[in-house]
Amino acid sequence: MTTTEQDGRAPLRSVSGSPPDAAALAQRVEEFLAEHDPASTDAAEFLRERFAAGLAWVHYPAGLGGLGAENGLQTAVDAAFARAGAPENRPRLNVIGLGMAAPTILRFGDDAQKQRWLPSLWTGEDIWCQLFSEPGAGSDLAGVGTSAVWDGDAWVLNGQKVWTSMAHHARWGIILARTDPEAVKHRGLSYFVVDMTAPGVEVRGLRQITGEAEFNEVFLTDVRVPDDQRLGEVGQGWAVAQYTLMNERVAIGGGTLPRESGAVGALAARWREHPEAHTPGLHDRMLRLWVQTEAARLTAERLGQQQAAGQPGPEGSGVKITYARLNQECASLELELCGEDGLRYPDYTERRPEVEDYGSRDTGWRYLRFRANSIEGGTSEILRNVVAERVLGLPAEARADKDVPWKDLPR
Amino acid sequence: MSAAATAPGTPETGDLLYTDVEDDLRASVRALVDKQAPWDAVLRRTDTDDAVDTDLWKRLTQEIGVAGLAVPEERGGAGASWREVAVVAEELGRAVAPVPFLGGAVASALLLGTGEDELLAAVAAGERTAVLVVGATRGAGRPVPVTVERRGAGDLVAGTVTAVVDAVTADVLLVPVSAGEIAVVGADGEGVTRTTSESLDMTRRLTDIVFDGAPARIVSGADVDHALQVGAAVLASEQLGLAERCLADTVAYLRDRHQFGRQLASYQALKHRLADLWVAITQARAVARYAARCAADGSPDLPVAAAVAQAHCSEVALLAAEDGLQLHGGIGFTWEHPAHLFLKRARADALVLGSADHHRSVLADLVDLPA
Repeated sequence: MTTTEQDGRAPLRSVSGSPPDAAALAQRVEEFLAEHDPASTDAAEFLRERFAAGLAWVHYPAGLGGLGAENGLQTAVDAAFARAGAPENRPRLNVIGLGMAAPTILRFGDDAQKQRWLPSLWTGEDIWCQLFSEPGAGSDLAGVGTSAVWDGDAWVLNGQKVWTSMAHHARWGIILARTDPEAVKHRGLSYFVVDMTAPGVEVRGLRQITGEAEFNEVFLTDVRVPDDQRLGEVGQGWAVAQYTLMNERVAIGGGTLPRESGAVGALAARWREHPEAHTPGLHDRMLRLWVQTEAARLTAERLGQQQAAGQPGPEGSGVKITYARLNQECASLELELCGEDGLRYPDYTERRPEVEDYGSRDTGWRYLRFRANSIEGGTSEILRNVVAERVLGLPAEARADKDVPWKDLPR
Repeated sequence: MSAAATAPGTPETGDLLYTDVEDDLRASVRALVDKQAPWDAVLRRTDTDDAVDTDLWKRLTQEIGVAGLAVPEERGGAGASWREVAVVAEELGRAVAPVPFLGGAVASALLLGTGEDELLAAVAAGERTAVLVVGATRGAGRPVPVTVERRGAGDLVAGTVTAVVDAVTADVLLVPVSAGEIAVVGADGEGVTRTTSESLDMTRRLTDIVFDGAPARIVSGADVDHALQVGAAVLASEQLGLAERCLADTVAYLRDRHQFGRQLASYQALKHRLADLWVAITQARAVARYAARCAADGSPDLPVAAAVAQAHCSEVALLAAEDGLQLHGGIGFTWEHPAHLFLKRARADALVLGSADHHRSVLADLVDLPA
């Protein structure tokens, strides 16, 4: 990607062809902050300018919010902006957009699509959601049945999606739909971007075991999607979706954490506050979970170091399996430490939860919510298959769906 | 977009990857061990009285210098660090090599903190072999009971220590005689009786040592607890290497063997067990690397890192060896298959330098999670 001509901020651009290193980035951030005081600049304007300066995601190409720098350099840039009190781009609300839609658009979008969607995605002005899972296609995602039919003018989508986070906030959705039911299932799919405000898109909250509706069902009825909102070729949807999901595994499983952060932190705090609840058996479980969590933390740290060194390892799937189990076991033990209070529950009233820190929620809520950790983003059973087949090279599961047109599969 | 905050109490992780130098060292050790001590040779040796492969040990120490890696050059060593020692331990664990590397590492850690530079240099060069004389199951974080006392004018020692590892071929015994004091005793001198017995781990035999008025030189300033922490870190890497070997052998076997007209490796029940084992091993590598780097850098977090590494790696190595044997079926229960070499080492290692339970109990104090 070459630098764009229309951008006037020459001092902030890469003058030579080589991408900036850590020191050069630090200087650019400093210069940017000198020109755009976070305290006096409108937040949205600040974020748009930061994107234009290539300091949004520095490993993205110039002109698309980045400077072609190394991926590992982003952390220091973010830290510098955070220290300066810079506005955030709604990273938690737009986790799907930033973590999954954006890399997919970058990889498969054409120039017009990148320019159309990436700026407002990064700034958080537009929230994104992911319309993949269906009632009939969970782990077997390539079996999705939502249809996309070309009527000579646009793709017409019909079907039902489920477990759609953020759909009620989203302006855009990435969707996997079936464009050829006659083809074998993996080959009959295409990948689109849906305008969530378009006619025929209906979002309904989906009540879950905690009582609230964190996710959604999305019903699509004759939703018209122009062809310039297709990512990748017709029939290439599965490859595009796999790329998206590869990023999901990183987003959910990866990242580094402080010691005692997350579920074990709440458990350890309760342990220290309630010596009257201690028994030898509970103590052993407490210590085992502490050790396992520290081992998982260091594993995630090591994975991050491998990625930063350009040696991406397959450990991501393993990290996700582990964190799911540890969250569940920590919350379960914490509930046990609560004794009688563990039997109470704050509120089962159906409502829309805000995106918030799990740590601030009650023990019972976390116990229930963490049951989903081993299901969402790839069940632990599917991830074990992934490890066994892709890491250890063991034979793939026997398949009954490989040479059969999708329309003829039992369902 | 926000930076990962570092909570108070989270030490810097440091580099958990392997350096090019470490990769080269690993390749050298593996090449030598594969040639000199393949598993069938290790197995045959267990039926002899030569429990230790002294020839392999000589080549490891003299050709590669494995006994002096963590010793600075000016004190007669190679000037590397405990990180490199840990890499060697992985390779020796992978081969269940019958050499006194672990005991030597603990002894070096102890001597490094004293002024015993002549002895340290001899140990680093592989000219002499020293061992810390404490019971095999003693772990860092709890006082080691002193069972040997000074006699006469203080230059003779008497008492008994049972179940010492890597003492079979040692020529220098480092014996705790009080807090902070060790007696340096010639292993072959008068007043020392060593009895080596049949041991669960045939590749690392136990020795009972009786001191009856043995001449000794008393050295002060010896930090036995620190030496045991370093030993725990090194042992964790040995356990990692052993676990990886068990997994690799088991994967190879399950791919090769067919039953009911299918590769055993195609059964999901077995695939998932191997996947879980692989996940556990990735964690073992992270905690072992972290403990090694804490030892190498003198990190104040070493007590925690070593305890975490032992609490975790002991169980992972045992799981790998036990699952490995199970998944080999009947062949794994035969004497002529190597699975029992790994099982016996893994079972013993989970007790050596303190059990997982010992280390969890130590951690309870270190990280404020009281009983």
